[in-house]
Formats: sequence, structure tokens, C-alpha cells
Amino acid sequence: MSLDYSKEIPLVQGDLTMEDLDNAIVKPLDSKPSNKYFIALAFTSGLLLLGVLGVSLTFYFGIGEWGNNQPVAWGWGITNFVFWVGIAHAGTLISAILYLLRQKWRTAIARFSEAMTIFAVICAGIFPIIHTGRPWLAGYLIPYPNSHSLWPNFVSPLVWDVFAVSTYFTVSLLFWYVGLIPDFATLRDRTVSKVKKTIYSLFSLGWRHSNRHWRHYEKVYMILAGLATPLVLSVHTVVSFDFAVAVLPGWHSTIFPPYFVAGAIFSGFAMVVTALVFMRKVFDLENVITMDHLERMNKIILLTGSMVGYAYLMEFFISWYSGVPTEQYVAINRAFGPYAWGYWIMVSCNSLFPQLFWIKKFRRSIPVMFFVVILVNVGMWFERFIIIASSLHRDFLPSSWGYFSPTWVDFSILIGSFGLFFTLVLLFTKTLPVVAMSEIKGVVEGAQPSHHGGDHNG
Amino acid sequence: MASGKKLHSITALFKSPDEIINAAKKTTSAGYKKFDVNTPYPVHGMDGAMGLGQSKIGFVTLFFGLTGAAFIFLFMWWSFAASYNIVVGGKPFLAAPAFIPITFETTVLFAAISTVVGMIAVYFKLPDNSHPLHDTEYMKAVSGDKFGLVIEAEDSQFDKVKVSEFLNGLGAYKIEEVYYPEKEEFRMFSPKFLLFLGIVVIATCGTTYVTLNKAMYVTPFDWMDYQDKLVAQEKSNIWANDEGMRPPVEGTVARSDMPYPYMGQTTPTNVLVNPTFPNKEILALGKKKFLTFCSPCHGNLGDGNSRLNGQFPNGPTLHSDKIINYSDGMIYHIMTNGQNAMPSYARQVTRKERWAIVDYIRVLQRAQNAKESDLQAVNKESVSNVQN
Repeated sequence: MSLDYSKEIPLVQGDLTMEDLDNAIVKPLDSKPSNKYFIALAFTSGLLLLGVLGVSLTFYFGIGEWGNNQPVAWGWGITNFVFWVGIAHAGTLISAILYLLRQKWRTAIARFSEAMTIFAVICAGIFPIIHTGRPWLAGYLIPYPNSHSLWPNFVSPLVWDVFAVSTYFTVSLLFWYVGLIPDFATLRDRTVSKVKKTIYSLFSLGWRHSNRHWRHYEKVYMILAGLATPLVLSVHTVVSFDFAVAVLPGWHSTIFPPYFVAGAIFSGFAMVVTALVFMRKVFDLENVITMDHLERMNKIILLTGSMVGYAYLMEFFISWYSGVPTEQYVAINRAFGPYAWGYWIMVSCNSLFPQLFWIKKFRRSIPVMFFVVILVNVGMWFERFIIIASSLHRDFLPSSWGYFSPTWVDFSILIGSFGLFFTLVLLFTKTLPVVAMSEIKGVVEGAQPSHHGGDHNG
Repeated sequence: MASGKKLHSITALFKSPDEIINAAKKTTSAGYKKFDVNTPYPVHGMDGAMGLGQSKIGFVTLFFGLTGAAFIFLFMWWSFAASYNIVVGGKPFLAAPAFIPITFETTVLFAAISTVVGMIAVYFKLPDNSHPLHDTEYMKAVSGDKFGLVIEAEDSQFDKVKVSEFLNGLGAYKIEEVYYPEKEEFRMFSPKFLLFLGIVVIATCGTTYVTLNKAMYVTPFDWMDYQDKLVAQEKSNIWANDEGMRPPVEGTVARSDMPYPYMGQTTPTNVLVNPTFPNKEILALGKKKFLTFCSPCHGNLGDGNSRLNGQFPNGPTLHSDKIINYSDGMIYHIMTNGQNAMPSYARQVTRKERWAIVDYIRVLQRAQNAKESDLQAVNKESVSNVQN
């Protein structure tokens, strides 16, 4: 297959008209779910129930049900938190940063990846709260005038995290909803069911597609993209501060913020590709979410994967260059100590296998890309685990060295979080348009006036 | 159309973006002000064609973003430096570098929320599901893939026939008149609605009560009301004395406290000398402690006339010759050691307080058995006071 990269690739293939697009996107909403859908939903809900069981046991018997103990007090709870926050970064990157960079191909995948962002933040937010052991006291994290006359410790990175993740969730949700308003209006005017019409009317807020509104709407969309861009970079930076501000060797490192942000985009794109591969097939959206989209995403995976690989090398260099024996020991111990197995899973999954994407044939092959992105998901989970466990298990005091082993409750909660994520994704695909209808219609061939007056307000 | 209905606007539908841009340009140059274009997606160049300028909503973002930044920064400073000092290694309370992450997040939060809320509520005046354009064929078309132009009846140039002709001339493929919908009335105080409100109130309160106080009140959400630990006052069969509290080993002495050496002796001792000087504070202390611990049996004046008279072994009067002639040490010893029915007060009243009570008893004894000569002495003093 040969492609001419000097020409603009059509964003929508197969000569679809706007009406075809609307019909294709709305079809899953108007048709009854198939048996396959229910089987998939039953499977993911089953995983979710397993997680609910694990969390209930944790609540009832306490945090001792987990493998966490001194010296590895953070264990899987924080590993999963950082993993899911990382997944959450792809959506905003696609919808905000690519929007500001005028990458129109983002249109087809923005809605879906934004939804994945929101669901991933929900999964992430659960972990720090259950990790406290007393989840019903989480309200104390919010600065409100309470009867104890106490405020949160605003100079603690853990409180920064609360602000960063909750702001990220709120802004992502707003961004997502603002994008959905015109689509709700379209759905409202298409549907024949009275119940659906009431619900769509409620959420469309009475949107009339008026150009006097579009004028502000487009501006607001750009402002939100401008706000979300530094925000998305700040969130994983703040998460990395949880580690980097500590004095623990292996954590106390200025490379962490860029390293974490690159890793987050890397893992997020991998997760989006994982889901898109199925979604475009199941819902017949192969002409909207085209192979070109997937290829572009794979290029970003290649780039960020190489950045992460660079960070792995740089960690070795910096620990040697620091001249601190403990730092040097931690770097060596990471690669060749008790957690060497995890370290090499991480390095090979994150830095070696994505190198396959240098070859165009592999970038455009569904089986190869699926294989690679699954490995990336695994590798990025291991990255967070290695950072936490390998730094904590051997610190300054050899008398208190130890080894972390998870319990089955740890496993059940991790599996449960995947269950929650994919259950939400499945419900989303059947309740809301997975592609932004008002945006995709604006980029099809012939959607804009032919004389290009628009760019100059002529 | 029914004549009673009020005309809202006349709408025209077009099939291509080029047509709608031209139509908008011509409508603007024809001098219409109250018109609008409805398109399924934003059409480039439409703002210019309609004679609309740049959106000013960015200033809302700027204002509220800066407000959020200033508010949270000052708030963090205030909570650290004024409300509740958190000392971290002697660092200053204005920890500006460490305030940056939260200041940034709050700036974004305020800016984003205010922009979206401002856009929807102030600029768009939404939600508005009762607009006349809703539920028309026109709205259904522009929701899909058609492009519409609407001229409202409120426009100063509006004339039904002229506008229709004008729109026809623009090449519209369909023209539709839109009327105001009949007003639906929703009366606030109809019995049905009040009944509904009542049911909502009862259901909400009931569910909240049951959820929070009954359903949720299980381990571990019971606020640690039940704990596997022994409270001092509880019965326990672990210890020989069947109490949760552990009594000190015999002969245990509190730190920096010499035990009273005459415990259990009946003979008064002459070695005990009152160390206090009966000044105002000591007597006030003595009075307070006497009224608390002694008066229930001995009476407020120490005359044995107490409110427990007859219900309990009567405390004797403190004004008998025997007691008046006791040394200070003897009275102190009785308080410390106890006598007959009276228990030891050593655990409840400190040494200093016991001596203060002794001083106060002496005052009572003198006051209750006052003589003429005492009165003269007082007069003499007051006279001499006046002279001075």
C-alpha cells in the first residue's frame, strides 16, 4: 500500500455524506443491543463485581488484606492510581493539544478518548481513597471550614494531587459535555421516542445550532483547549511530585515530571488504540476511524515510547553522575536485584516492542498494533510498580529491607478496576455518540464554503 | 395557520454551505438585524457574513482565572500564617514555591467553570427548551445536514410578504413560518403539585435517615463506636479484682510526692506546722474548698447545721471548745487521715488546699464566736483608717 504523505489525507473515507455519518454514529443508540453486547457487559461487570468484593473485604477487615507492609507501604494501591491517571492523559491530549495544533484528524477519535479519560480518572480516583483505609473520611481532604478549625497541609504533594486530579476530572467533564451539547440537540431532533426526547432535550439545554451561539462556542472550545493543555501536563507532573519530593533514592529525581508525562501519554494512547481497534469494527465506523488515524496514533506511541526509553537510560546516568552511593545502588538493584524480572518486562514492553512501529507495514497492521499496545499497557503498569516497589523495598537502612508480595485481594481490586473501566466504556458506546457528530460533519469533503473566505472573516 | 397565533419568524432552508454564506451576506446588506443562521456545525466565514465581531468571552476566562489564582494563594497563606500555623522546619509561612501547584490548578478550575457557565447561562440564555424554533421541521433539518436562515418578526423591517419574497429570491428550497407555541401554564400551588412535593420531601428525608443511621451504620462505618479494648471503668475477668482499671502496687508513690507519714495514727502530732499565711488568696481558696468538700456535712458555717442533717451521720459542729483548741496540725491530720465516719480527703484535696481549709475554719471559728472586744478592735482599725 502506498500513501502520498505530501497530500492531505481525507479525514473521512468512503465518500460518506453528512446524513450517512449521522446514521452510522447514531445506529448503536437506536438499535437494540445484540447478545454479544450483553455477553461483553456481563463479563466486564463480573470483573467489576470481583473488585467490589475485594474493596468490601478491604473496608471490613482493613488495609491488612493487601500485601502492603513496611518497607513497601505503597504497594499496588498507588501503582494502580498512577497507572489509571496515566491512561487518562490521552483523551485530553487528543482533544486539547491536537486541537490547538490544528490536527483535524483528532475529530473522529476525540469524543471516544475523552470519555476514556473520564472513566480512567474515575478508576484512578478510587485508589488513593481506598488506600487510606478510612475512605469515609476522604472529605477532610477538601478545604472547608470545619469544627476542628483545621485546613489541609497545602505544601504537601499529596494534597496537590487531590487538587490536580479533581480539577482534571472537572475540566475534562466540562470539555466533554460542551462538545456533547450540539450532539444532544441533533439526537433530540432525530429521535421518535418520547422518553429519549425528554432526556436529550434536558441535556441539550435547548441548543438551536444558532451561529450567534457557534461564534462563542468555538471560542470557548479553544479557551478550554488552552486551559486543558497546561492542565494535562500539570496533572502527571504533580503525580510525579508524590515521588520526586520525597528523599527516597530512586524517587528523588528531577527527571520525574517529564518522564511521567511522556509515560502517561504513551500508556493513554496505547489504551485508546486497544479500545478503538474493537470499537471501529463492532460499530462499523471503519470509514470514520480509519487506518490513518491508527497509524498516526502509533507514531505518537513510537515517539513517547522512545522518550520513556531515554528516561530509563538517563536514570542510570544520573544515579552514576550524582556520586551518591545509595542512588547508584538503587539503580543497579532495580535492574539486577530482586525486581529484575519486573524491570526487564517494563523495558522490553515499553521501549523495545514499540520500535516495530518504525516500519510502516507494522504501523498499519491491526494484529501487530494490537499486540504492541497490549504489551505497552502491561509495561506501563510494571513501570509504576517498579518505581514504587524497587525504590521502597531497599532504602537507606539494610536492617529493614523487605520484599513485596501481593495478596489475592490486590489482584481482585486491580482486575475490578479494569472491569469498572470497560463497563463504563461499554455503557458509553450504547448511550452517547462515540464520534462528535457536529465536529465530524464540519470536516467532511465540501462541508465548508468553497471560497475560503472564512479564514479571514471575509 | 390559525389567526390567533403570533408569528415568531420566517425560516428558509438551504442545501449547501456556499448558499448559506451568500444568503447571510445578502440578509446583512439588506439591513435585517434580528436574523440568525442555524447550521449543524460552525461554518467558516459565517461570523463575517453575518457582520459579527470577535467573541469577547475570553475576558470572562481571564477575570475569573485571575480571581481564582488570587483567592487560593491568599487563602493558603491565611490558613498557614493566620488560621492555623503549620510549622515545617522553621520555613516561612508564605511558602510561595510550594503554593504554585494548587494555585495553578485552582486558576484553571475557576477559569474553566466560569467560562462554560458564563457561555451557557449569560451568552446563550440556555437552557431554553420552549423556544418557538424547537420541534419545527426547520430545526430537524438544521440538526441534520441542512443550513437555515431565520428572520424574526421583531425586526424593524419585518414584513411578512416582503421577507418571504426576499428569502425566495435567495434560493431557499423550503420556507416555513414559525409561530409562538401556546403558553403552557404550570400553577405552583395546585394540590397535585403540592402532594408531589410532600412525597418528595418525605421520601428524601426517610431515605436519608434510613441510609445514614440504619443501613450505613455497620462495621466499618460505625465511627469506631465498638472497639475491642478495655475501658478503665469496665468489668473484666482478666484481672483478679474484676476491674478493667489496674490499681497501683501497694506502696506506690507518685513522682515528687512524699507520702503522708502519719496515716492511720490517731494521736495528733505537733510536728505538723501550718506552712500558709492566711492572706486573702489562701482564705478564698480555703472557702471554696470548704464549701465544696466540708459543708455538705459540717454546714456552710461549720456549725453542723447542714442540708444532710438527719439523712446521714451528722457532722459535728466545728465550734466546740475541743476543736477550737485543736492545733492546726490536728485539724489537718483529721482531714488527711479521716476520723470516725469521716473518710480521708487526701486524694481529693491537695495539701495546700487542706491547709487553706484549716485557715478558713479558723476564720469561721472566730467569726461565729465573736466578742464585743473584736468589734471594738475592728472599729478602732476603721477609725484609724479614716484618719490616715
